[in-house]
Amino acid sequence: MLKFRDFPCRKTLLAIAFAGCAGLSLVSLPARADNLQDSQRFLKQGQHAQALEQVDKYLAGKPKDAQGRFLKGLILTEMGKTNDAIVIFTKLTEDYPELPEPYNNLAVIYAQQKQYDKAKQALEMAIRTHPSYATAHENLGDIYARLASQAYDKALQLDKGNASAQSKLAMIRDIMSTSGTTGRPGARPVVTKPAAAVAPVAEAKQAETRPIAAPEVKPAATVPVAAVAPVATPVAPATPVAEAKPAPEAKIAVEARPAATGGDANAEITKAVSAWAAAWSKKDVKGYLSHYAKDFKTPGGESRSAWEAERQKRIAKPGAIQVSFDNLRITLDGADRATARFRQHYKSASLKTSSNKVLEMVKRDGKWLIQQEKIGT
Amino acid sequence: MIKALRSRLLIVVFAACAASAFAAGTARYTDSGPEPLLAGVFEQIEANKWEAALRQTEDLLTAYPNFRLGNLIKGDLLLARSKPLKTFGEGASGGQQDKVADLREEAVARLKAYKSKPTADYVPRYLLQMERDQKFAIVVDTQKARLYVYQNDKGTPRFVADYYISHGKLGSEKLKEGDKKTPIGVYHVTSSLPRQKLTDFYGSGAFPINYPNEWDKRHGRNGHGIWLHGTPSDTFSRPPKASDGCVVLANQDLDALSKNLQIGLTPVIISNSIEWLSLDDWQAERQSLLSMIDEWRRDWESRDTDRYARHYSAKFQADSQGLQAWIEQKRKVNAGKSWIKVATGDISMFRNPGKEEYVVVTFDQDYKSSNLSNQMKKRQYWIKEDGRWKIIYEGAA
Repeated sequence: MLKFRDFPCRKTLLAIAFAGCAGLSLVSLPARADNLQDSQRFLKQGQHAQALEQVDKYLAGKPKDAQGRFLKGLILTEMGKTNDAIVIFTKLTEDYPELPEPYNNLAVIYAQQKQYDKAKQALEMAIRTHPSYATAHENLGDIYARLASQAYDKALQLDKGNASAQSKLAMIRDIMSTSGTTGRPGARPVVTKPAAAVAPVAEAKQAETRPIAAPEVKPAATVPVAAVAPVATPVAPATPVAEAKPAPEAKIAVEARPAATGGDANAEITKAVSAWAAAWSKKDVKGYLSHYAKDFKTPGGESRSAWEAERQKRIAKPGAIQVSFDNLRITLDGADRATARFRQHYKSASLKTSSNKVLEMVKRDGKWLIQQEKIGT
Repeated sequence: MIKALRSRLLIVVFAACAASAFAAGTARYTDSGPEPLLAGVFEQIEANKWEAALRQTEDLLTAYPNFRLGNLIKGDLLLARSKPLKTFGEGASGGQQDKVADLREEAVARLKAYKSKPTADYVPRYLLQMERDQKFAIVVDTQKARLYVYQNDKGTPRFVADYYISHGKLGSEKLKEGDKKTPIGVYHVTSSLPRQKLTDFYGSGAFPINYPNEWDKRHGRNGHGIWLHGTPSDTFSRPPKASDGCVVLANQDLDALSKNLQIGLTPVIISNSIEWLSLDDWQAERQSLLSMIDEWRRDWESRDTDRYARHYSAKFQADSQGLQAWIEQKRKVNAGKSWIKVATGDISMFRNPGKEEYVVVTFDQDYKSSNLSNQMKKRQYWIKEDGRWKIIYEGAA
């Protein structure tokens, strides 16, 4: 049960660390980022000392820079200087509490040190900042599984001491060995734009469709997690996501608007959101995509076609998808702009999540379309 | 999926806890062990309060770090967050299913006992009368995996405490050496073996009991070394059926119990399943036997050997004497006396649990006669034959 071979964090670590190298869209690349890019390249090549030297040069000019510090944390982790890495990631969580990644990486290091309770706390913080942060959920599930395993060992008097030590080493190698191979298009450019609302959207996308490396480790997005992370508590702990109704039957609470035209618009938007969720549930990619406006702002800033291809690929994956929502609140902004906020329940063969979603909608040719999709709070 | 886990856990645990004879009435709780916390954990699970259940499990493990059952439940509660559970102890690896089954039995036993504490107006049938100096009596229920402590309140047993226990791997009704069974019968503690003289396996101490007793020997039962003892230092408790025949308590429970044990005196009655009597029924049964003992005493004083002989079973056996030899010897002795005075004092009466209906009666006998006087502690085994109490064994205690 406790196999480290697919410890999910590496995806996050690497996705963020190498987004730049892979020539992906760095939204706000620092003016002089040569040192940073060099550092990333050195890290990728396993030349840790040089990587550290370059990132230190970079940080000399921008000591507060989140991306640089995050990269330094990664380098130190790979160099085995875990205590230094912990200091860096901890400080990042203090300076950028809204970023889930430093928490996540802290958790990974704590998990390596078998400090599972600390790892759990860190992941809970990551989830508190981003309730639908899939990697954190997945890692948390892993931590729970490991805590469970410890408890079982105590219960059944098993001595797995040596086996655990080995798997710990395996995990470190894992982070190293896959360097640069998993940078995925559309990965969150969180570090380059720490405070941007774009980041959570990217995460949301991932949360919905993230490929699960280790199918036997289901993400912990089921009921108990909701109770763990106060921010996530809108999911009623006693209501398993499994019981979420399919979209057409979803309960919709439409906020009454004072605007005279509100009634019609509200009904139209409600219908549009229901249709969007229904198309998604039916894996009707064409129908699903038709709900997005031409000028839809893709979450990672990628091209519309790249985004569509990505969505197509993920939605078309085998297995049923169920998307439903409740607590819909609509805010109209004039006659053809509106914001729809709701609680989205997503369930696939491999994942269940509930998250707060915000759709910025525009009316085009009599049809309400999604212009931007965000994770709300 | 969560529901599935809950129902499994609950089916496993609570199904066995159907209303007991003691569901109503005033229970007096000692609640010194882990049962209240354990029951709390299951209540939270039942209420779908997973976080609270886990928190209370942590509390339980803080109080009892080596409580394996607690660790198993913790494992389940944690695992339930990352995958749906189908069964109790789901995360245990394949080869451990027997251990999981043991822990499930322990959970059932502990919760059952917790939910069905004896009430003040019922007493174990076996404690018909405790002698004056016996401050406490121990009654074990192997099926419930429970040991009950009764205090001698001027002859009436009063419930004091109860503890989870383990007994023989292969159950009870010990017959022979090495059968890994716990004897059923009326015994007493014979000595105290301190921790220092024992290996860690026996925990904080041991109290041997007098198995095989006269009755056991008479029925050809053998074996030895049946003890009440503690648990190894890394183990809070063992499964309900775990020992080679001993009665095993958690160390803290053994320590508490040992304060009440009087060497050579404290009765240890081990039953398959305790029969409980209302105080009224208990009083009636007690009186009927007491009056029979007194009749025996008076008939002996009468020197009418035939009247005296009525109190003895055809199956009577004392040392190597059968009934005939015993009566003939009495007849001879009585013939040479002009008077006999017999006084019985400080009678204790303990009924044998289980199939063999006999009562172990022990008393101070003060015998005076025209040509001989003697004082002794006497032990008799009384059985019921055709609705009448009769003596089947008699000798010095």
